[in-house]
Amino acid sequence: MAVETAVLQSEWTKIRTVSSTVWTLASAFLVTVAMGAGLSALTNATFDDMRAVERATFDPTLISFSGMILGQLAMVVFGVLVVGTEYSSGMIRTSLAAVPQRATFLFSKITVAGGLAFLVGLATSFVTFFLGQALLGGHRASISDDNVLRAVIGAGLYMGLIALFSMGVAAMLRSSMLSLGILVPFLLLVSNILSAVPKAKEVAQYFPDQAGSKVMRVIPDAMNSEKAPYGPWGGLGIMALWVVASLLGGYLVLKKRDA
Amino acid sequence: MIEAVGLTKRYGAKTAVYNLSFQVRPGVVTGFLGPNGSGKSTTMRMILGLDRPTAGHVTIGGHPFRQLPNAPRQVGALLDAKAVHGGRSARSHLLSLAQLAGIPAQRVDEVLGVVGLQDVAKRRSKGFSLGMGQRLGIAAALLGDPQVLLFDEPVNGLDPEGILWVRNLMKKLAAEGRTVFVSSHLMSEMALTADHLIVIGRGQLLADMPVKDFISANSADFARVRIPGTEPAQREKLTSVLVEAGGQVLPEPDGALRVTGLQLPRISDLAHGADVRLWELSPHQASLEEAYMRLTQGAVDYRSTDDRLAHLQPPLQPGQPGYGMPPQPQVQEVPQQGWYAPPPPGQNPYGAAPQAPAPGPNPYAGGPQAPAPGPYAPPPAPQPSAPQPNSLQPSDTPKDAR
Repeated sequence: MAVETAVLQSEWTKIRTVSSTVWTLASAFLVTVAMGAGLSALTNATFDDMRAVERATFDPTLISFSGMILGQLAMVVFGVLVVGTEYSSGMIRTSLAAVPQRATFLFSKITVAGGLAFLVGLATSFVTFFLGQALLGGHRASISDDNVLRAVIGAGLYMGLIALFSMGVAAMLRSSMLSLGILVPFLLLVSNILSAVPKAKEVAQYFPDQAGSKVMRVIPDAMNSEKAPYGPWGGLGIMALWVVASLLGGYLVLKKRDA
Repeated sequence: MIEAVGLTKRYGAKTAVYNLSFQVRPGVVTGFLGPNGSGKSTTMRMILGLDRPTAGHVTIGGHPFRQLPNAPRQVGALLDAKAVHGGRSARSHLLSLAQLAGIPAQRVDEVLGVVGLQDVAKRRSKGFSLGMGQRLGIAAALLGDPQVLLFDEPVNGLDPEGILWVRNLMKKLAAEGRTVFVSSHLMSEMALTADHLIVIGRGQLLADMPVKDFISANSADFARVRIPGTEPAQREKLTSVLVEAGGQVLPEPDGALRVTGLQLPRISDLAHGADVRLWELSPHQASLEEAYMRLTQGAVDYRSTDDRLAHLQPPLQPGQPGYGMPPQPQVQEVPQQGWYAPPPPGQNPYGAAPQAPAPGPNPYAGGPQAPAPGPYAPPPAPQPSAPQPNSLQPSDTPKDAR
């Protein structure tokens, strides 16, 4: 047990002493809040121009989270860098020479970085929700409305999970560049494009980001979108399975391969 | 105490280390030598549990590294000076390592002082020079006050003051009863620092013995004899007299003679008896570098060739030397400077070893053979199967060539 505490403490020192931690987490927060606020204000101003069916399924909570599509990328960068820089700098050899127990090493790192990502994610989701609702004027939702609190907490968890997923991918690929090169286009383009293509969307709705983001909806068919075959927590659960798979894969790679 | 038994590492078809067995004892500095690509770093990584051996095992104090309780307090290692996150300050880097072993933060400042980095402790290591990086790596190795220390090329990039410091540090650590295992390319440095040597070539053990024994086993001490250059007849006369007396005589490029097999007073007496004047009669003790070069000549993977600039020069007019390229009469096979005397027949068990091709389980036997006899190659021995009095080494010729 002493080893685990020591490794956790060491990983915390590592994570707080590099500037990339601050700027990735800060940009995740700022981008999400700023873009959410901007789109909320815009929606408020153009509400009457929307189609009737969109107005009928209007989801003010979801609107305030629209910044997450970009903000999550900063979370991805954070997760990838936390693990990837160990490899790119060669620090991994120093680390593993000091902590020969590789499982302890990897999961301590993930615990510390994941904990931080969840904290920042939750702070982001609450701030962006309240700021967004304030700018939505008369169309706002209240935190005490049905399911709204679930959506806000879920949005924070989503950001933490996406960071964890990235850490697992980086541990599997053992390279920051490769991991970012795959994750960013996937989240920004591939996943969104496939979810708009009729047949592909049957599959795409089980992708980690598509499934996980359903938890942010208060109204299941918000903005006249299709209903998913799983509930909000079910979606987050699917995402969690992806995260477990990627972390497990990362651990197996670390365990089997030479450092 | 580090103990390797039958250590073997393959990367796909390439064998980096083959059947390596050795012990590194406490109380002495053990040097680890070998040409580039001979498997030194791979061996170091296997000792530290970073790479898993394909076969065999290596233990530190009887335990495989991965099973050591609180490894940082028992083993300190400098593997790669640049293996730090460049965005982290020197102090934070060491602090994160110290916390792993429950080492108090004051110890971090202590080792920063020991390696002389206290003034740049708060600076990011990205801006460090190679020498500063080495100092940081040494600080990390010293952090846990370990009994076993490994250093891979610790003096790379250090200034003369730093080299002296590292030399004294190694000796001091060994004198305190610790196990110190150091790899280096700098022979002169090893001669001054190490007490014991482990030499590998192409991943196999070539020698495991004290430095003194290594030099005398792998080099021929000789006498240099110089006679007035204006009298070639005298030179021939002396040569024949010396050969008659049982010595071996080899001309050196500058006209002097290398004499082996005869004591200095005997050479002088013979010259006197033959009425030959001597301008020089000096004993020559081979250096560690010479001994090392002779031993590893067949195991060098990366050998530089002359840069002939063939496509950069206009065709030469006959008789007109190209710039910086005087016609070179003698074929200098191996560019490492120096001209090493061939060993007397039967004294060097290694010189001939790598040349014996023998298909078999040995992955290296079929590899690139030693080059055509160059200046280092042993002379055509009078008796091809000369007796080999020196059998200190585990990898003696017959085994090597299996």
